[in-house]
Amino acid sequence: MASEAHGAEEGGLVFHPMDQFIVKPLFGGDTIEWYTVTNVTLWMALAVVGIIAMMVLGTRRRAMVPNRTQSIGELAYGFVYKMVEDVAGKDAVKFFPYIMTLFMFIVFANFLGLIPMSFTTTSHFAVTVVLALLVFLTVTIVGFVKNGAGFLGLFWVSSAPLALRPILAIIELISYFVRPVSHSIRLAGNVMAGHAVIKVFAGFAAIAVVSPVSVVAITAMYGLEVLVAFIQAYVFTILTCVYLKDALHPSH
Amino acid sequence: MATETHEAAGHAADAAASAPGMPQLDFSNWGNQIFWLLVTLVVIYFVLSRIALPRIANVLAERQGTITNDIAAAEELKAKAVEAEEAYNKALADARAEAQRIVAEAKAEIQVDLDAATAKADAEIAAKAAESEKAIAEIRAGALESVKVVATETAAEIVAALGGSADDKAIADAIGTRVKG
Repeated sequence: MASEAHGAEEGGLVFHPMDQFIVKPLFGGDTIEWYTVTNVTLWMALAVVGIIAMMVLGTRRRAMVPNRTQSIGELAYGFVYKMVEDVAGKDAVKFFPYIMTLFMFIVFANFLGLIPMSFTTTSHFAVTVVLALLVFLTVTIVGFVKNGAGFLGLFWVSSAPLALRPILAIIELISYFVRPVSHSIRLAGNVMAGHAVIKVFAGFAAIAVVSPVSVVAITAMYGLEVLVAFIQAYVFTILTCVYLKDALHPSH
Repeated sequence: MATETHEAAGHAADAAASAPGMPQLDFSNWGNQIFWLLVTLVVIYFVLSRIALPRIANVLAERQGTITNDIAAAEELKAKAVEAEEAYNKALADARAEAQRIVAEAKAEIQVDLDAATAKADAEIAAKAAESEKAIAEIRAGALESVKVVATETAAEIVAALGGSADDKAIADAIGTRVKG
């Protein structure tokens, strides 16, 4: 009631679609130091708890015939393992725990973010840029360690005519360094946009006539967001595998 | 309550004013987020690589092994079943052949017995027939003799009745010629 009066006073609707992304200290205080326990800490910790519950507690019976949680854990394992093996090749399997870590974190962060009133850690560029840079650095280091200078063959398209190769090399080089940018913005952008749109629809619900439409729109958006939550984790992981394949087998 | 809301709204407005449009671009808290992200990733990595992934890999390998073993065992049992069926069919065929052989043997034996019995019966019948014939001949001879005696006696009586005295030898001759004729 108060908000209605408030809205009327302001003479319109009030939208705060970005407020859900504000980083706040969890136990009061105004300053955020690097060690401050914030809502980021809380929701990342919940992701860790969820992953432990599914992958460790769920599999503790080591059952030959798995129960539900264990099946999901095995499904996730098989899904990512097959992806690494198929996309990046058999010799990329030793990176499987690393890729599994990224996938599980993104999936859990995305889905925990879909809980109403929650904080979505993967909607922050600070998080996704670090994830993408980790992948970028790993891939670049592995590429040079495995192939030495041969890794630069990735930029030298030997199948193209000789005259075109320098131009292609510049394009390849630019695309290589744009990878972490697109890799990180894709994830954070998708998640942030979806959540902001839901908030905007929720803002429209203040008008009684529009509110049924608003509820339907929020429901539809939520369904879409559930898809996006999984698909973006999948896309991030499969791109990691593709980049890793480039590092292990740089020849085109 | 209205005043409270006003204050809260004012607070929020202040916060919004101080923060940039996108909280994502507020670089002052990036250090905090990156720190906690790295802590999170390290924890997840160790939990997964030390506990969860080896465990799941073990379970999957074990299950695969069990399934392979079970399939092999099933195939072995199937082969055994086929073998058993073949053995059964062979035994059945053998038994049938044996039965036929026994039937043929029995038939032949019975035939031999039957032939012998028939021959014996034939001989017996022949012997009986000869005996009977002999008996009939004897009876016939006996009957002829009786006729002679009766005729002689009757003739002597008739001759006596007619008042003659018959000579026995003459009567016998007459009878002999008559009966023979």
